[in-house]
Amino acid sequence: MKQTISFTLNGNSVTVESHPMQPLLYALREDADAPGTKYGCGEGECGACTVILNDELVMSCLVPVVQAEGARVETIEGLANADELHAVQQAFLESGGAQCGICTPGMIMAGVHHLRHPERAPGGVPEALEGNLCRCTGYTRIFTAMKRAKEILSAGGTGS
Amino acid sequence: MPMSGEFKEKILAPLMSISTGKDLKFVGKSILRKEGIDKVTGRARYVDDVKTPGALYGKTLRSSIACGRIKKISFAPNIPWDQFTIVDARDVPYNRVLQIESDQPVLCDGVVLHREEPILLIAHEDPGLVETAIRSITVEYEREPGIFNIGEGRILKQYDIEEGDWKKEFAAAEVVFEGEYKTGAQEHVYIETNGFIACWEDECLTVHGSMQCPYYVHKALKYAFKLQDDQINVVQMTTGGGFGGKEDFPSVLAIHAALLAKKSGRTVRLIYDRAEDMASSTKRHPSISKVRTACTKDGILRAIDFSFHIDGGAYITLSPVVLSRGIVHAFGPYKWPAAKLHAQCFFTNSPPYGAFRGFGAPQSLFAIEAHMTALANHLGMDPAELRRRNFIHRGDTMPTGQVVDEDPNMEALLDRALELSDYKTKRARWKRGGGKGISLSTFMHGTGFTGSGEVYLASRVGIATTKDGGAEVRVSSTEIGQGTETVFPQIAAEALGIDISKVSFRRPETKVVPNSGPTVASRTCSVVGKLVERAAGKLKQRLAGADIRQHYAQHGEAYEEVEYVPRPGLVWDDDKYKGSAYGAYSWCVNVAEVTVDPVTAMPRVDTLTATVDVGTIINPVLAHGQMEGGIAQGIGWATCENVVLKEGLMENHHLTNYVIPTSADAARIVVEFMPSPYSEGAFGSKGVGELPMDGPGPAIVSALNDAMEAKFTHLPLLPEEMLK
Repeated sequence: MKQTISFTLNGNSVTVESHPMQPLLYALREDADAPGTKYGCGEGECGACTVILNDELVMSCLVPVVQAEGARVETIEGLANADELHAVQQAFLESGGAQCGICTPGMIMAGVHHLRHPERAPGGVPEALEGNLCRCTGYTRIFTAMKRAKEILSAGGTGS
Repeated sequence: MPMSGEFKEKILAPLMSISTGKDLKFVGKSILRKEGIDKVTGRARYVDDVKTPGALYGKTLRSSIACGRIKKISFAPNIPWDQFTIVDARDVPYNRVLQIESDQPVLCDGVVLHREEPILLIAHEDPGLVETAIRSITVEYEREPGIFNIGEGRILKQYDIEEGDWKKEFAAAEVVFEGEYKTGAQEHVYIETNGFIACWEDECLTVHGSMQCPYYVHKALKYAFKLQDDQINVVQMTTGGGFGGKEDFPSVLAIHAALLAKKSGRTVRLIYDRAEDMASSTKRHPSISKVRTACTKDGILRAIDFSFHIDGGAYITLSPVVLSRGIVHAFGPYKWPAAKLHAQCFFTNSPPYGAFRGFGAPQSLFAIEAHMTALANHLGMDPAELRRRNFIHRGDTMPTGQVVDEDPNMEALLDRALELSDYKTKRARWKRGGGKGISLSTFMHGTGFTGSGEVYLASRVGIATTKDGGAEVRVSSTEIGQGTETVFPQIAAEALGIDISKVSFRRPETKVVPNSGPTVASRTCSVVGKLVERAAGKLKQRLAGADIRQHYAQHGEAYEEVEYVPRPGLVWDDDKYKGSAYGAYSWCVNVAEVTVDPVTAMPRVDTLTATVDVGTIINPVLAHGQMEGGIAQGIGWATCENVVLKEGLMENHHLTNYVIPTSADAARIVVEFMPSPYSEGAFGSKGVGELPMDGPGPAIVSALNDAMEAKFTHLPLLPEEMLK
């Protein structure tokens, strides 16, 4: 039943032995040792498991791992470099965008994707982050963080 | 990941000095969340992130009826049951969950009292097989009719208050006005579901889990397994939200995980999926209130007759205290010459209701605040003006007998909220029924446990010197998103006179930290924080100016611990239900502005303005975060969060059909703090966490009534109801 599936995770090649229909979420968390991506609902409603797959924002609980074969997968673990946080991480930290932190990895990935492709959400940040539920902040500080991230980036901060 | 402690220092150090211009060095400043880097980099470890090679995966078989008896349990032959660990009621040393009482069984012992009640537990190392196996067990029942409506079943708890000659006031009143107000259940939707990992070693039990109150879990484990204190270690993992949902409920789960671990002799993971979590976990108590008031034609309140009824569900859990907290807040921030209150909590065959941010107060405050606005409309008066004429002041006596010994400053909070929201202009401009509405609520929330609760808790807080010349705060108060891990070091650093970067927070585990009580009741920052302040002061005294690093090198760890000391003059009589319910109250005014779509009746909360007195603000960014998040939960409760109960089952136990606000729904939330410090709270702070949950409901429903020219008196108020 299990199959060998290879993909690039945050720039590194990984190979997992997995049932092809297993959600990518579990392949990341359990087989690829990347538990930063979180389970929240398992049915694509909460966005806690959001990752970037070949430059597309996906809910990894809904993506069969076989779909990641040969793909580029980006998760929260890959954003910061050795001595600097990604602009969106830095902004969430400064602005109070993270409280309990469980939605944060997915929220930040959605934020990063939005800054790369702002044209995909004509309604701006509230629209871009609509698929990511946060129960702590009321979103106010998350909006502040996204503004701050743009400032950090335009000042030459890390983030791509 | 090449991220070391050094990385953390590098990022945090330059940012730690963000100032808000207060005199104190660390208190009042937006010090960055101590565990913030872990959270934004994905390094924070929640219970489900813990690696446990060779562990078993547990699963719970639950009742599919609400009331009756178990006749027979059959195991289908297609499953290798001999490979499974199976636990039932007979395996529990003492089959009771200890909370306030101990009426709830750990596992059903033949009798079923609610849907989704745990019957037996299974575990296996293959999680996929566990899922198949749980569906291969059949339970045959003898059904009995259940009770699902408030008032039909047995009384779980009752309180009565009578103050002044209320009968005479009603008989002589110029105006008598009455209404009935209802609130629905609410699901917490912490984004991290409940989970525990348990293992036994040499008769000693360790559990790791997601929780608010490690010592509640400790107490429940000790009781069910008949253990000694030192045989149990409860370790809190990074916890992905609580809101009350991880106050009482985790005790049940921890016992379940420990039972499977004991029987199997293996480490056991018991982590719920979302559907199981939502269907089986506690919710906010639904309520029905009848409020009758007597007043003059000018709107001066003379008397209130309040009947407050809540649904407790099938077991007691924390319901008596929820009822009690509801009662104390039922009178709002108003002066009542006479009052009568009759409060009852009823058993039903719904899953037990439990703690949820506000703990009964949002329910009773919804009733009084919706009533005040309805009364103002009845009198032809501005709802803001009616409130202004009746606010409580220093020296006034509350119907519970408490003499107000602080300045509520409700007039100032009201004036500022009206100014910030441009209330008068909008109210004049927006015609009733024109699709836009603006209304308000004025309210308060008690700091800490109700009545004599803090005295019984006798919380303890420890602080120790560390090798590197700093200090470590040791408490059982947990970080659940609200900022404990940051505000306690701020308080300790301030009191010790050392740099904030030198003060750490010990992640709670019961083997190491003293019992500073549960992380509930808006008590952590103010009440427990005061103990942190005192403990740090005591440690400072002992160090007598010595350099901590040198002191540690010479004498080893210096540790100081303090215990809660009741405030003189703060007396509560449990039997008479009279006295000072809280040492202090936080005060607040909300103004809600709404728009209703003329075609779909979809409501939108455009702006929610809050002026707030929570005493001294320890950390502005974190305090704003608490207020904004609580307000958003209040908006959800008022407009979209509808728990659909059918014979006690939450039918919509998925995030696809239980809807909470998204970023696209987010209201513009304006919060302004107007602090009046409280001498017994840490550096003058009062309770923060629950207050924001209280006000949005009534302000929004009243604003929607204006927008739609309607007279709704319940929440959630759904578009389909407004269309009728």
